[in-house]
Amino acid sequence: MKIWLALLALLAPATAMAAEPVSLTSKVFVERVKPGADGKPVTVREEPGVVTPGDKLAFVLRYRNSGGQPATGFTLTNPIPPSVAFTGTDDASASVSVDGGKSWGALASLKVVAADGTSRPAVAADVTHIRWSFGQPIAAGSGGELSFRGVVE
Amino acid sequence: MRYQATGAKSPAFRKNAALAAVTAVSAGIFASPALAAGTPAGTNITNVATATYELPNGDEASVDSNIVTLMVDELLDVSVAWGDPSDVSASAGAAGQRLKFTVTNGGNGTESFALATVGNGGGDDFDPIVTSIVLDTNGNGAYDAGIDTVYSSGSNDPELDPDESITVFVLSTIPAGAGDGHRGRVDLTAVAKTGSGAPGLSFAGQGQGGGNAVVGATGADGEDDGYYRVAKASVAFVKSAAIADAFGGTAAAPGSTITYTLAATVSGTGSLANLKVSDVVPAGTTYKAGSLTLEGGALTDSADADAGSFTGTAINVGLGTVAAGTTRTITFQVRID
Repeated sequence: MKIWLALLALLAPATAMAAEPVSLTSKVFVERVKPGADGKPVTVREEPGVVTPGDKLAFVLRYRNSGGQPATGFTLTNPIPPSVAFTGTDDASASVSVDGGKSWGALASLKVVAADGTSRPAVAADVTHIRWSFGQPIAAGSGGELSFRGVVE
Repeated sequence: MRYQATGAKSPAFRKNAALAAVTAVSAGIFASPALAAGTPAGTNITNVATATYELPNGDEASVDSNIVTLMVDELLDVSVAWGDPSDVSASAGAAGQRLKFTVTNGGNGTESFALATVGNGGGDDFDPIVTSIVLDTNGNGAYDAGIDTVYSSGSNDPELDPDESITVFVLSTIPAGAGDGHRGRVDLTAVAKTGSGAPGLSFAGQGQGGGNAVVGATGADGEDDGYYRVAKASVAFVKSAAIADAFGGTAAAPGSTITYTLAATVSGTGSLANLKVSDVVPAGTTYKAGSLTLEGGALTDSADADAGSFTGTAINVGLGTVAAGTTRTITFQVRID
């Protein structure tokens, strides 16, 4: 069963590539702090083994333009899955939404409005979506990787 | 956890795909209220990303990523907390003395817990003899004899949902030899039935929902200590006599009056119930009718509603329940024959 799923995971992007110029794959890793070779703790990304509340997850998105023409206006959107609290991204070009994708911006610029009309600065856990908008076209044959992190609630 | 990756969706070329993408991704924003224990075991975390772009011919296109699904595993955690506000006052030799504990499932799955007690763990003054563990079956937080169920390991191990608690009573007999103020400790443990051990220990496939079960920070083994403190009271009598003769002196001559004072002092902790004082009128003297007093108040000689009586040979006074640290004083008079 496991082998079959792994095969499927490998084959699926290939199938998509054949049909579409741009492919998109999503993977999830668990980030764990482990003692490194020199004894100092290092953060490693592992294939998910055991996942329990409080575990840190890294969502990795890979895109590739396999077509013969550049793809312009590339916008990649990822809703934060339920039961996951967004904790951040290393990619400064990302914008986030805390209202289900209605408005976007840097986290520090967003506010959460309560039912009584009062508002407070948004925090990472409020994030409902993350989005990347590329100013430059993705040239034919090129691709890249984007990622964000979350924690299992 | 169960890891699953499914294939990308079929090609989706369409005009105005950008708008469609934004509406599609707004699903699943408002998660259910968070539990302290976290996401319930067996919950699937599903991630999918969507991209939109334009091709040189002006076509707008949209592509979804593969769907990644993680199943949240079951975390095994349990805590036990002694719930009495202070040491439970108990009498030496008494049975059915109760300690109150709370067992809480700190994990994210429904789990059964095995309960056990240790009464002879040391570090105290005496060993309470645990006679039963009783589950607060009706959930009212109070011990209800005959209603709350006696725990029997392996047959009615309490099953708790995530964040759910149950009150557990431990009933003990206090050894008769335990002295006043002595403390006795009982330790209650609750262990997850799926397994316990070092945090991180994993039990493959045994988690709720089909995932793994993994031992959390508590070791899936909670415990706490509860204490009894023996309240033992004792009584001491002091009897004194004062003689008054007919001439204003203190000569012990026929016709002189002796006033006896009986002071009953209860010491220790707690109280003595149904304390009775009886004193025989000495030979060669005659009880002076109506002379009996308690705390300075007159008592009648007949056996009636008040606490005192004269039987013809002795005085009797019922003091009822007397708290430790209290002295009750009785007086009566006799005349020397």
